[in-house]
Amino acid sequence: MQFEAVIGLEVHAQLTTASKIFCSCSTAFGAAPNTHVCEVCMAAPGTLPVLNKKVVDYAIKLALATNATIHPVAVFARKNYFYPDLPKGYQISQYDLPIATGGYIQIEVGSQTKRIRLVRIHMEEDAGKLIHDEHRPVSFVDFNRTGVPLLEIVSEPDIRSPEEAVAYLKKLRAILRYLEICDGNMEEGSLRCDANISIRPLGSKELGTKVELKNMNSFKHVQRALEYEIRRQTALYLDGKEIIQETRLFDVEKGVTVSMRGKEEAHDYRYFPDPDLVPLKVDDQWVEDIRQTLPELPDVKKERFMKEYGLPAYDAEIIISSRHLAEFFEACVKIFPKPKIVSNWIMTEVLRELNREGKEIHETKLTPELFTELLKLLEDNVISSTAAKKVFSEVYKTGKRPAQIVEEQGLRQESDEETLRAICQKLVKEHPKEVEKYRSGKKGVIGFFVGQVMRETKGKANPKVVNKLLTELLESE
Amino acid sequence: MGISKEEVLHVAHLARLEFSEEEVELFTTQLADILDYVAQLNELDTSKIEPTYHAVPMSNVFRKDEVKPSSPVEDVLANAPERENGFFVVPKVIK
Repeated sequence: MQFEAVIGLEVHAQLTTASKIFCSCSTAFGAAPNTHVCEVCMAAPGTLPVLNKKVVDYAIKLALATNATIHPVAVFARKNYFYPDLPKGYQISQYDLPIATGGYIQIEVGSQTKRIRLVRIHMEEDAGKLIHDEHRPVSFVDFNRTGVPLLEIVSEPDIRSPEEAVAYLKKLRAILRYLEICDGNMEEGSLRCDANISIRPLGSKELGTKVELKNMNSFKHVQRALEYEIRRQTALYLDGKEIIQETRLFDVEKGVTVSMRGKEEAHDYRYFPDPDLVPLKVDDQWVEDIRQTLPELPDVKKERFMKEYGLPAYDAEIIISSRHLAEFFEACVKIFPKPKIVSNWIMTEVLRELNREGKEIHETKLTPELFTELLKLLEDNVISSTAAKKVFSEVYKTGKRPAQIVEEQGLRQESDEETLRAICQKLVKEHPKEVEKYRSGKKGVIGFFVGQVMRETKGKANPKVVNKLLTELLESE
Repeated sequence: MGISKEEVLHVAHLARLEFSEEEVELFTTQLADILDYVAQLNELDTSKIEPTYHAVPMSNVFRKDEVKPSSPVEDVLANAPERENGFFVVPKVIK
């Protein structure tokens, strides 16, 4: 029996405002515990929250970038529950009147484009952070994160596989980063993802019982948690056992999901409009003003890269995944107008280094000028492709000019036919046996000669030229 | 209208309140009275009336995205029954 997964994602994006959503405390990460906290954060009696306008600006930006419908009236609501990370006993969120609903995010599945529809985008405040003691039965509470602005982005259950879930998250992160409203760092928790997942026999229209997954703080964890959960639910289904609606945590060490016992009681948040905050009205002018500030977005850029530079969809998708990388690519192509060569190098050598260091291109010493100088040296046969890779890692590390590295390390390739012909002739003369073998049909022997030339030239001979010269010499007689 | 004893107990639990048997009886009756009283509003046709989101006819009260000093950490922790290294200490909330 074949099964398909039905997945919906709930993403929380921490916004990069300087101050919190309802007070003037700093949102900076990594401060000493409880030092970015005031009376409003702590819910002292008599304090009132006042909305940070930039949070609304950012919400409108994301709504526009995802083709969502922005509502003229939005209202904040209280979500009531008790937990030590929540001083007020409620979280200020949005309920029946969120800032935006609908819209979609476009992903690539194989060679197909698929739209994952959004249910809603709403604004809310983050809760504090709990650290659980390993040995004693206590938890430590830090309220610095309390009140940091979040956008919650809820997708429809349109996602059908762990791969699609990761593609959706990556695209959403790219959009947030293009808009410069969230740094998108999953490990640090500025982008968080919960998933609802159920399975059903392929072709069935009914939805199975859904399970909520939490604690997946990297793309890899999301993928692994969903893969595990599909296997677990499929096994239960085939054994005729019941799938229980519950929340499960991903255990990174064991690679499994574990039931969150003790939190099984159905949530009863008793949402109601927060009387401390007046309604929010967003008029067309405000939306238009924000629209003017939007950069070229990932999907539009991708289309343009394919059309303008003839890049395959696959290349374009990778290059546009980061705004900085896309800008780097365009700057390179301006100097060195061979887009496919530039993109090949970016997708292999450049991304390998960036991923290894977890850096963005603008945080490195590599500039379009240095990078294209290297590509030009390779293009003009001044260096071999092996040497080019060596020069690349040196440029990346030091920011030195490629030409200088080539000279310093003696990597210049010998392409001069006269010089190389003399060496080849000498070698052919010295190895009559091998020449005979070649002429009797063992063409593979040419490899031996190439090797000899390389030894003579300390690896600097241009293999293309050597091959050509040797073939000429060995064939003639 | 009316409200059941179970609903009263459920709401009490959500608010982390504990009541004696007599109190539960009393509140069940009183809450039912209140709900009945408010239910009179259902006699009005409000289908064409804009909902009141807020008692004050105002909208769009904002602050600028500017950081101001937070409270001294001593003040923040002043009412903490237990503290350690700048943290509030609470009973462990996860197993």
